[in-house]
Amino acid sequence: MMQMTGAELIVRLLERQGIRTIAGIPGGAILPLYDALSGSESIRHVLARHEQGAGFMAQGMARVSGRPEVCFASSGPGATNLVTAIADARLDSIPMVAITGQVPLSMIGTDAFQEVDIYGMTVPITKHNFLVRSAIELLEVIPQAFHIAISGRPGPVLVDVPKDVQNQMVCFEDFPEPAVSAAAPALDMAAIEEAARMIDAAERPALYLGGGVVHSGAAQQAVALAEQAGLPTTMTLMALGAMPIDHPLSIGMLGMHGARYTNFVLEESDLLICVGARFDDRAIGKAVQFCPKAKIIHIDIDPSELHKIKAAHVAINGDVAAVLEALLPRVKVKLRKRWLSHVESLKSRFPMQMPGRDDPRTHYGLVHAVAAALDDEAVITSDVGQHQMWVAQAFPFRRPRQWLTSGGLGTMGFGVPVALGAALAAPDRTVVCFTGDGSFKMNIQELATLAEEGLNVKIVLMNNNSLGLVYQQQSLFYGKRVFASKYRGEPDFLKIAEGFGIAAVDLDAAANPRATLAQALQTPGPCLIHVSINREEFVFPMVPPGAANTEMIGG
Amino acid sequence: MIEQVAEPLQQSGFAKVVLELEVNNHPGVMSHICNLFARRAFNVEGILCMPMSDTSKSRIWLLVFDDQRLEQMVLQVEKLVDVLSVRRHGAEHEVFDRLERFFH
Repeated sequence: MMQMTGAELIVRLLERQGIRTIAGIPGGAILPLYDALSGSESIRHVLARHEQGAGFMAQGMARVSGRPEVCFASSGPGATNLVTAIADARLDSIPMVAITGQVPLSMIGTDAFQEVDIYGMTVPITKHNFLVRSAIELLEVIPQAFHIAISGRPGPVLVDVPKDVQNQMVCFEDFPEPAVSAAAPALDMAAIEEAARMIDAAERPALYLGGGVVHSGAAQQAVALAEQAGLPTTMTLMALGAMPIDHPLSIGMLGMHGARYTNFVLEESDLLICVGARFDDRAIGKAVQFCPKAKIIHIDIDPSELHKIKAAHVAINGDVAAVLEALLPRVKVKLRKRWLSHVESLKSRFPMQMPGRDDPRTHYGLVHAVAAALDDEAVITSDVGQHQMWVAQAFPFRRPRQWLTSGGLGTMGFGVPVALGAALAAPDRTVVCFTGDGSFKMNIQELATLAEEGLNVKIVLMNNNSLGLVYQQQSLFYGKRVFASKYRGEPDFLKIAEGFGIAAVDLDAAANPRATLAQALQTPGPCLIHVSINREEFVFPMVPPGAANTEMIGG
Repeated sequence: MIEQVAEPLQQSGFAKVVLELEVNNHPGVMSHICNLFARRAFNVEGILCMPMSDTSKSRIWLLVFDDQRLEQMVLQVEKLVDVLSVRRHGAEHEVFDRLERFFH
């Protein structure tokens, strides 16, 4: 018979689940749990400077490893500060368990100090959530939280634990087994056979890979299918790296900021094989005009994604790796010379334009220079905005989980704490965070955590002193009525980094920016790399919001 | 949170459907289900919930309109962890009819 407090029980269950690092911030209602955590020999705590930072560090660990990771926050404002990171994890299907302290059970509903209904608040942004009412429930709730986070389509789970439940003594016989993922749905062989027939019969098929390919570890199978059936392959923002960008069948990222030829290839396709993607509006533009001539095969682990935006001719609910495995031996080897040479000609007529790519002080040039100084082992994170799209367009991603970005929610402030999380989970890798001055300021406090932990994180700051994508949209679509998108003040980011105890280099002032950049990237430890970017540089091509993907402007 | 959603789409004109849900019985289940319908601006015309004879479960009856989004709604309901099963009945199902006298 074992006896311990609810708080100790949580810590033991997390240890047994294999959790080794937890990011968080303590506060009154979670102090019993922190007290118990202080006694853990296998879990390291990383003290964030804002709970959103802690949530994104957990996400960074999870995005790099594919494993569920954990963050802690106290009740009230601690919990509400986690909300953005949880919503972000939901939209990008990232497995995460957030544990929050809550006021004691007897005080719930009394507007007690630092009480908020975080359970109610997180209903729409979690896969599932729990309010634990007695310590004995933890034996079920904690493993179930992990089970839900990793099963099927991954996602975040919140467990709200009142302070008295953390302190309550609980007696039990045995620990529950650590959670494992639920079995994938049974393969629908009839649908898989039908899909194989459609692929064989198609004249102009295209493969459309989404984040589900990365989550499922199906990149290898996806590339094999493309090679076997001669499929030009496009990737969503979330799937970049699933197929190496310089693979001859890769046609790059589709959608709002995809290359012209990519969207034209899709326009002409007669069969679209969508794997682990969800026909997001930023990827497909106006839904009715997307791939107008194509039949659709849609493979997804989440049955509610099938037929949601576009009706599929064959819809296969299943783990995409398992479905592709089953599909591969049934698909004929095809060279598809005519279609692929047509794709090539579209590519040479409407290529991705990257002006300034040889000058490391321009946006594309900087991305290329960073890539040239790294190998494929590096992890790249981004914030949200123009810099994110420039990196997505120009960085040569060659492996899954190399690229961590906020796709669905588009959260500014994502980049730095996710880079910290990535470095915590993969300490041998160089982690580079591309950011913009707007995004950087949204979680800049985590520089303190970065300095304290001494992680190998390089922050490449593209500074145009504005909310660049807002400025771009106002310039293009709002009659150049620029409002609230240019900053009047201009912080000295080099001094800010210095103030936090982080090395900084300014490529603006460097005599040899390429050499300065390479040296900064190769020196172990944190570093801020600052580059000024012309505000008039826009992200092109661009599909205006609400337009069809073929109605691109620029580029 | 219920008030903060978009105007419901015009649904009158569509046939009605009765959904029968079997769910885990604990506080919070109703909020998961009602919140799901509300945030997708899908009107629930009637709702009934009682514990079943096995009190660890409850049965929820929902009266909804059969518009083109119902399919997706049902898929979303089925994704909720506490929802064990969803069955669909025609509007002729008697459960709401028999309650009608309490509302008139």
